[in-house]
Amino acid sequence: MRPIRVLIAKPGLDGHDRGAKVIARALRDAGMEVIYTGLRQTPEQIVAAAVQEDADVVGLSILSGAHNYLFPRVVDLMKKQGADDVLIIGGGVIPEDDIPGLKKEGIAEIFTPGTTTTQMIDFIKSNLKRTVN
Amino acid sequence: MEEKKLDQLKSVRQNWEETVLNKSLSRFPEKKEEFKSGSGDTVKRLYTPENTADIDYETEIGFPGQYPFTRGYQPTMYRGKVWTMRMYAGFATAEKSNERYKYLVNQGSTGLSVAFDLPTQIGYDSDHPLAQGEVGKVGVAIDSLRDMEILFDGIPLDKVSTSMTINAPASVLLAMYIAVAEKQGVTPDKLRGTIQNDILKEYIARGTYIFPTEPSMRLITNIFEYCSKEVPKWNTISISGYHIREAGSTAAQEVGFTLADGIAYVEAAIKTGLDVDVFAPRLSFFFNAHNDLFEEVAKYRAARRLWAKIMKNRFKAKKEKSMMLKFHTQTAGSTLTAQQPDNNIIRVAMQALAAVLGGTQSLHTNSRDEALALPTTDSVTIALRTQQILANETGVTNTVDPLAGSYYVEAKTKEIEEKAMEYINKIDELGGAPRAIDLGYIQKEISDSAYKYQMEIESQDRIVVGVNKYQVEEETPKGLLKVDPKVGEMQKKKTDEVKAARNNKAVEEKLKELKTACQGTENVMPYILAAVKEYATLGEICGVMREVFGEYEHAVLL
Amino acid sequence: MELIQRMLLGEKRACARLITTVENDPEEAEKIIREVQKYTGNAHVIGITGPPGAGKSTLVDKMVKVLADKGNKVGIIAVDPTSPYSGGSILGDRIRMQDLAVNPNVFIRSMGTRGYLGGLSKYTKNALKILDAAGYDYIIIETVGVGQSEVDIVKTADTVVMVMVPGLGDDIQSIKAGIMEIGDIFVINKSDLFGADRTATEINMMLDLSMNMDRRPPVMKVTASKGEGIDSLISEIKSHINFLKTSGNFEKRRSDNMKLEVMDLIESELKKIVISRTANENKLETEVGKILNKEKNMYEVRDEFLKLIG
Repeated sequence: MRPIRVLIAKPGLDGHDRGAKVIARALRDAGMEVIYTGLRQTPEQIVAAAVQEDADVVGLSILSGAHNYLFPRVVDLMKKQGADDVLIIGGGVIPEDDIPGLKKEGIAEIFTPGTTTTQMIDFIKSNLKRTVN
Repeated sequence: MEEKKLDQLKSVRQNWEETVLNKSLSRFPEKKEEFKSGSGDTVKRLYTPENTADIDYETEIGFPGQYPFTRGYQPTMYRGKVWTMRMYAGFATAEKSNERYKYLVNQGSTGLSVAFDLPTQIGYDSDHPLAQGEVGKVGVAIDSLRDMEILFDGIPLDKVSTSMTINAPASVLLAMYIAVAEKQGVTPDKLRGTIQNDILKEYIARGTYIFPTEPSMRLITNIFEYCSKEVPKWNTISISGYHIREAGSTAAQEVGFTLADGIAYVEAAIKTGLDVDVFAPRLSFFFNAHNDLFEEVAKYRAARRLWAKIMKNRFKAKKEKSMMLKFHTQTAGSTLTAQQPDNNIIRVAMQALAAVLGGTQSLHTNSRDEALALPTTDSVTIALRTQQILANETGVTNTVDPLAGSYYVEAKTKEIEEKAMEYINKIDELGGAPRAIDLGYIQKEISDSAYKYQMEIESQDRIVVGVNKYQVEEETPKGLLKVDPKVGEMQKKKTDEVKAARNNKAVEEKLKELKTACQGTENVMPYILAAVKEYATLGEICGVMREVFGEYEHAVLL
Repeated sequence: MELIQRMLLGEKRACARLITTVENDPEEAEKIIREVQKYTGNAHVIGITGPPGAGKSTLVDKMVKVLADKGNKVGIIAVDPTSPYSGGSILGDRIRMQDLAVNPNVFIRSMGTRGYLGGLSKYTKNALKILDAAGYDYIIIETVGVGQSEVDIVKTADTVVMVMVPGLGDDIQSIKAGIMEIGDIFVINKSDLFGADRTATEINMMLDLSMNMDRRPPVMKVTASKGEGIDSLISEIKSHINFLKTSGNFEKRRSDNMKLEVMDLIESELKKIVISRTANENKLETEVGKILNKEKNMYEVRDEFLKLIG
């Protein structure tokens, strides 16, 4: 079995990357290959990176409240690239009310504060859209 | 303490351990083998004079308002005047935020604290492609002087003190503030307030940087110089540990890294030829108030003492005012939980108590719903009332530095001071804070601590009420504040109107002059002020500086 | 294979997927490389190596911008260490190359070393062949930059750029220890820092002492973060290519490297054959037991195994 490849990205302008970094480490410690792209990523940059890195999972972290604008754009661009076998998840300060809408747009799951890294790892492992064998 | 007395105490203590303690332990063992502070340091069962025997009262603790300021920066502290209750606020448009400020002032808030949205903090106008979706989200959007005029409409700038959380474009926002005051008939020498202006911690932890280190340090020292002459009551920088702690550091790291940043600013200012006693009295600090009450109190006391020593011994400051560390405090946003949000009121109250017992000069208390969204007016009111209860009902303001002399708090103060000093030494070895940041050292230390903290929560070594213990099924919280998604459009329209109405030729000219100044070595403040007055936008001004200075490249070590 | 066709036509997603396959599945990798090898050999491969913190990613970022702006297609393989405990890794080199992600002429791929000690991944060469076949004019490999493993890059790249920074005295020592022969170009990055001149002088002195050089490697001062010295570095790379081609060293280097690769393949195939033919009888175990019991020596055992395939 090959390692699961996860792209962790911070779309938008917010610079709070504590969560993204903690998750990157936890996923590494769970045996995954984590590509971290850093701050201030446009949806275009995130999708280009996801394609080139052939990521199995794209994890988006945002704390500024711009999720309703930015998350759907990432999903759309991924679809345009034909990369519909990539699991896209999101996290951050995201009001409960916004979650159904984001899921409808194609974000598989939204992780809010208080989620453990173990929960996230389990979710990824059991919801991959392509095999890693 | 005399050696003889100490020996005697030691033998009494040993006797107590062998008899009373051991008997108790054999019948009622302690809950766990090791007890740890919020920052993960071992906490002893009991502190006694043995643990403080090597702390000389006169030289290390002393009296408030006197070197080394361990007990407070001012001799009477809250008996004279309680801390400034300064609630960080701002969202959507200048109009909306102006309403919130007026409300807060009416409710007894004694200082304003402006939160800017991310495009503003990163020097983009609301119509910039990267600003899309971010306008007005985490604070107010300011594109031009017009927005600033609306923001402070009806608020007399000679009466309030205003803190602005702005860093990379601090000079631009300060210039706008000066220009608004001028229109109100208030001269710059009457203005009181603070700009955060601390770029190093943006590189480390907060992320709203624009320019590379060198020009950023120049902009900062330009402000020091300009204000020392023109805006003498203005705090020119708020050297911030808050965000370092939020990023996951320990208490000692918060002190060590913040003071290391402070050292870098002082060095930069001295290097440009400024006299340390001219600018140092205007330096201020900004710390976090985290959960561990005693550790936090010790942290503030340690920071005050260490900074005084650094200013006196390392920088040979002569004025006592240059050695005093004054600070603003905000309760720890990262400790707020989305689960059972009302619990956050209690957390904030305890954290605020720590800040007050630690002698803060001003305080922001977080609102219960901030793990979910921007706070509603109701939540902000409770947060402000928390401070008012502390100030008026608890009696903690009656005496100066009430926890001094506690064996635990004094030992802890010393421990944090020493640990912080170790970090500062390490950073000095690496060549100073900017270089240590460039190498990713500081960021790596912080993210190591953050990871450890998270793993402790997941293993239940650390309990977070409502998150990994005492959970309940909850309903979706109702009535959260929503920023109108049309704010971006409204803001764009307003700025278009400003651009159509202003003298575009004058703007062009002022921007050209600014560019030349940036390329040279002059102080850029007067040029920024001139451009601002012609309604050049923040994005245009920062654009010119981006062109000359380039942009910072973020160092991340994972 | 359809993916190969799409890759040859320049589709990045196909290229990315093929790299995943050749990186993970040796049998599929063989099938793919059998198909695409005929399209390889056109790219110029540049290895960027040097200690962690030398600013390799920033240097690559700036170099690639210049190359891509001139219309070249550039592929980047950035290697980061894999955790020996979990087998996972954090690949963070893209952070310094954010703008490049959307450049149509550029393809960036991050790889973990996956426990392979050579400073590259065992599969870097496979990935390289895919990018080569996909028509990238330059392929830049950024190594992990730790240990003495950098020797690997010489077996892979046409031009090796050694990146150093001022003030790290130990690195000069490690150069003495034998890395001197590896660099075709020496770069002192962060040359705006104190001590850059001294570092340059030290490297120059050591190069002067080294014998048997048919080309004296240049030592260049660069400040990648400010974009200073990048153009000259690119010209030096080009002049190195020229040197290789005019001196006949190009063919020699490529042929030496290909020989190594072929011998590696033969070696591992032989091992596989020997092991598969003796798997049932547990022969290796038995024979090793005999060596340890002093009944046989290891050369006798080797000869016996070789007879099996002879």
